[in-house]
Amino acid sequence: MALPQQVPRLVVIFAAAIVALVAARSALVPATFGKFGHYRAAAVDSIAVRPVKFAGRQDCEECHDDVGSKRLAGNHRGVGCEVCHGPQAGHVAAPSEVTPPAPRDRSFCARCHAYNSSRPTGFPQIDPETHNSLKPCIACHDPHAPVPPVVPQECGACHGQIARVKALSHHVNLPCVTCHTVDEQHKVNPRAVRPTKPMERAFCGQCHDQAATRVKEAPRIDLATHYQRYLCWQCHYPHYPEVE
Amino acid sequence: MRDEDRAPAAPAPLNRRQFVETALKACGAAAPLLVAVIRIPSAGGQETAGSDEAGYDAASHYYGMGIDIDKCIGCGRCVAACKAENDVPADTYHFNTWVERYVIDSQGEVTVDSPNGGMDGFPPVTSERGIRRSFFVPKICNHCANPPCVQVCPVGATFATRDGVVLIDEQYCIGCRYCIQACPYGARWFHPTKHVAGKCTLCYHRIVRGLVPACVEVCPTGARIFGEVEHPATPLARFMRMNDVQTLKPHLNTRPKVYYANLDGEVR
Amino acid sequence: MQGYIYPNEFELQWGLLIVLYPYITGLVAGAFILASLERVFNVKEVQPTYRLALLTALAFLLVAPLPLLGHLGHPERSYEIFLTPNRQSAMAMFGFVYAWYLTVVLLLEVWFEYRKDLVLRAQAAHGVRKWFFYSLTLGATDLSDRSLRFDDTAGRVITVIGIPSAFLLHGYVGFIFGSVKANPWWSSVLMPVVFLFSAIVSGIALVLILYLVTSLFRSRPVDMPCVDKLASFLFYAMIIDVSLEMLDFLHRLYESEESIGILSQMISSRLFLSLIVLQLVIGTLVPLVLLGTSSPALRRGGTARGSDELRRVIYLVAAVLVEIGIFSIRWNVVVGGQLFSKSLRGLTVYKVEVLGSEGIAITFALLALPLVILWGLVKVLPPWSEAQARPSH
Repeated sequence: MALPQQVPRLVVIFAAAIVALVAARSALVPATFGKFGHYRAAAVDSIAVRPVKFAGRQDCEECHDDVGSKRLAGNHRGVGCEVCHGPQAGHVAAPSEVTPPAPRDRSFCARCHAYNSSRPTGFPQIDPETHNSLKPCIACHDPHAPVPPVVPQECGACHGQIARVKALSHHVNLPCVTCHTVDEQHKVNPRAVRPTKPMERAFCGQCHDQAATRVKEAPRIDLATHYQRYLCWQCHYPHYPEVE
Repeated sequence: MRDEDRAPAAPAPLNRRQFVETALKACGAAAPLLVAVIRIPSAGGQETAGSDEAGYDAASHYYGMGIDIDKCIGCGRCVAACKAENDVPADTYHFNTWVERYVIDSQGEVTVDSPNGGMDGFPPVTSERGIRRSFFVPKICNHCANPPCVQVCPVGATFATRDGVVLIDEQYCIGCRYCIQACPYGARWFHPTKHVAGKCTLCYHRIVRGLVPACVEVCPTGARIFGEVEHPATPLARFMRMNDVQTLKPHLNTRPKVYYANLDGEVR
Repeated sequence: MQGYIYPNEFELQWGLLIVLYPYITGLVAGAFILASLERVFNVKEVQPTYRLALLTALAFLLVAPLPLLGHLGHPERSYEIFLTPNRQSAMAMFGFVYAWYLTVVLLLEVWFEYRKDLVLRAQAAHGVRKWFFYSLTLGATDLSDRSLRFDDTAGRVITVIGIPSAFLLHGYVGFIFGSVKANPWWSSVLMPVVFLFSAIVSGIALVLILYLVTSLFRSRPVDMPCVDKLASFLFYAMIIDVSLEMLDFLHRLYESEESIGILSQMISSRLFLSLIVLQLVIGTLVPLVLLGTSSPALRRGGTARGSDELRRVIYLVAAVLVEIGIFSIRWNVVVGGQLFSKSLRGLTVYKVEVLGSEGIAITFALLALPLVILWGLVKVLPPWSEAQARPSH
């Protein structure tokens, strides 16, 4: 039975289109496509050879090991060279031609060290407006070993948020050492040597128990019956006690 | 009389079965060609084969990153370093990495901001009073182990390498932006002049040379930790051992490889 | 901008051109499915619109890739979608589904439908026109009964294949959106289904409009049973479409997932005009009322209320409002999905350009172009003849 005219003509046209697609595919698909997955493997190479802009602190220490070891012994031990000096791969490649900048402006250090309540507690922060506002920071602090020239007496130098919150509270006149015993080593090694917290209800009871005699204005409760299972600060925030 | 001289017989009525038979024969002829379209391995093209960089074996690495929220001070040096290292457009609409600030007030209301991605630091909040908690959260492409962006790319221009980094082939990307839509973390952007998709490469060009990503290099407090997910002796391994870590949007099963320690439940 | 959005989300990635693409493929799928009503389901009343629906589908399908190409960052690389399609990506299916639908379904269907007319025109013409029509016949000039019956059977088989193909052509677009788990506005099982039924609605409305308008321009009488039937099909399709949309809406409200807060905010602020006013009221409620009260197929006894002329005007107005409503659906899905942040904490804005590569001007041009192509197709392949003879089926 002869096929109707339409069929062979259509078959030829479709076959030609498919052959064209197959031919195009073998000619146009990139050679490295599919080698490791559904992508052009050569792309990984072209990304891997992009130029490096930050050399990395190991490269700096190859030549500047004196500064490097001073830095590693001080408070900026975690701060890489290029955090302050900018990307210096160019300087590593051609040391005499490319000079790294050294920031001298107060606003540079303030980026990290200006007080901001969102920063984690204990991070050293100052108020740039009031803290020696006329001098460059490096006049007193060696950026490679930034020990403060005078060891801060107030805890608020590092615990800025707590100090500022307490300053708005009823406990404003209580010095930190009223409740916390602090070893001097805490200023040197803060995370290893920690201040103490009162661990007995009787401590807060010295002012707040009905029978207490100190601070007549302090609110009083009956220590024996008031939530006797808990330590006071398990509910009340001592730096900003809620009771009006 | 020869057969060919005879008048053609009256055409037999074409019934449905004969038609279908004819059609199936035609399809049968075409089918192998159709299969060939999909299966034929390609040849030709003059590209160099994708050989590994001398000495670097991608198959023996599997990278991830750790972020410690308790250490981030919101200085924004990471954002600036990334833009410098990776030629990210300098405007405020394109970031490989950025820092968010969360402020939770005493009523539990959350305000989030990220001025210029955090690149210039953050202005102080207005008042201490009434704030329950406030913290910074660095964000980055999560280099997911089950990346939805790779799944949706129509041509294979974005992919996960054998060492666990999700990259974009800028020569192959057609700029359809489906991957940008598919990323749940807002990590991808569209390059304004190259007209291809862009994102954090985990500084692939640095890590294959044994360096750390630029953002990790410049972080002054060690809030970012780079290492290998499965290797027992990298900083990331210790980080994951010593901290309760979480990932972002785990319910989407993208299996991110950026692990956050001390992450607040309000972070999206 | 309001609240918090990820910094990279400030710019919308998919704009007017991507709103336009599902709209156009929806019209194609809808017009084809309308045509299939006559061919496969033997709905005799809509026969006058059969060829017009096919040509409409073809004209719009030819334009469909243009908004996509215009939107791509590198349209010159778009062939990659044929060479190295990622089998996991719904979008990669575009090339093949489109090619399949254009060639195997639409072009073949049109060719089988018109082959006899083309042969006759080739025989009657001279010179260049003769060769033009002859080439369109592909040399298959046999007009014997057997050949014509083959045409008819082939057309029917292709239509049967074409219905699921039309579902696929537009359904996969819905799947492109519905499968994005990152986006709570898009991610829904119902998305392909809603897209499909709104496509059917828009296709029927389009054919209705074109039939009324072309009859007006040609000063020919309108076949009232035909338009009455079209109007009633439009009504039924709209009922299904609205039900699906309401189902999606109620389901979202009931489950009240985390995204409900920002999505409600988006609907009441950014999408109020396009969703509540244009999509729901003007695009759905008003046409439903207009069609429901005027179509005789929906009245007891099937009698018409009001004159033929009044019904034609009502149908035309309702169909135009429906088209506006369906375009709004596409807008609300595509643009709406990008107006809120994936952080679920903020909203951004879409600044529509007037000129520019994704502007309003280009959109209107791309909507007008299929009509121009249709005009050309109608000249070569007239969809109307006073006595349209076809072998009985």
